[in-house]
Amino acid sequence: MAEYRRLEVNEVGDVTVVRFRDQKIIEDINIQELGQEMFRLVEVENREKLLLNFSSVDFLSSAALGKLITLDKKVKASGGVLKLSNIRPEIYEVFAITKLNRLFDIKDDEADALAAFQ
Amino acid sequence: MSDDRWIWQCNRMIPSDAVAGRRVLDTVLRQLESHNWDRRDVFGVHLAMEEALVNAIIHGNHLDPGKKVTVRCRIAPDLVRIEITDQGEGFSSGKVPDPTSPNRLGSPSGRGVMLMKAFMSRVQFNATGNSVTLEKDRRTSP
Repeated sequence: MAEYRRLEVNEVGDVTVVRFRDQKIIEDINIQELGQEMFRLVEVENREKLLLNFSSVDFLSSAALGKLITLDKKVKASGGVLKLSNIRPEIYEVFAITKLNRLFDIKDDEADALAAFQ
Repeated sequence: MSDDRWIWQCNRMIPSDAVAGRRVLDTVLRQLESHNWDRRDVFGVHLAMEEALVNAIIHGNHLDPGKKVTVRCRIAPDLVRIEITDQGEGFSSGKVPDPTSPNRLGSPSGRGVMLMKAFMSRVQFNATGNSVTLEKDRRTSP
């Protein structure tokens, strides 16, 4: 398995569960690297079921949202499924304001999200 | 508001790089926390200021080391006012398309101004569009 600097990648059954090493996803250089690592999961490793668990994240900027949107497009283009979980209220508010809660399938916690893949 | 209401102020002229922006941002957030601003309000100021600094440093000054960003902050017990000015050409803030419209929802960019307005009490650009004033009033904000 490839090494990741910005992500923690685990497998639960046939679902790839991704957690973020950064508590705050802000620095432009980190966001670029984060994007490359997430895209690699889809484009190189051909992972079809992805769950992004945001439990460790307490801040993200609109630049990070952009990477998530691009990831979503790549997942859909490859016929995969992307879900998000464990988003704290302040960050969920960002998704709601921007209406990205309609674009992404967001579950309360990891168990809910894993069940929804089945 | 008269000047004697402010309990903390800073005026910084910083280079056009993210590290300098982060330093002044962290200073402001620490001040808010030390004056007992709650988590949601600090998050909102953090997000708005982050987006405004990125606009100034990257989109305004294009990371040009010869250009500076001016950051003026004022904090009162229930109010924070932040003015961020770059040396770029500015932009027309009234012409930013709605990022939530169906044809823009999948765009990876264009949400910064919307988020500033959502989390702050007042967001005002100057006519040129190279300076923004962000204000959060705890007495009136939801």
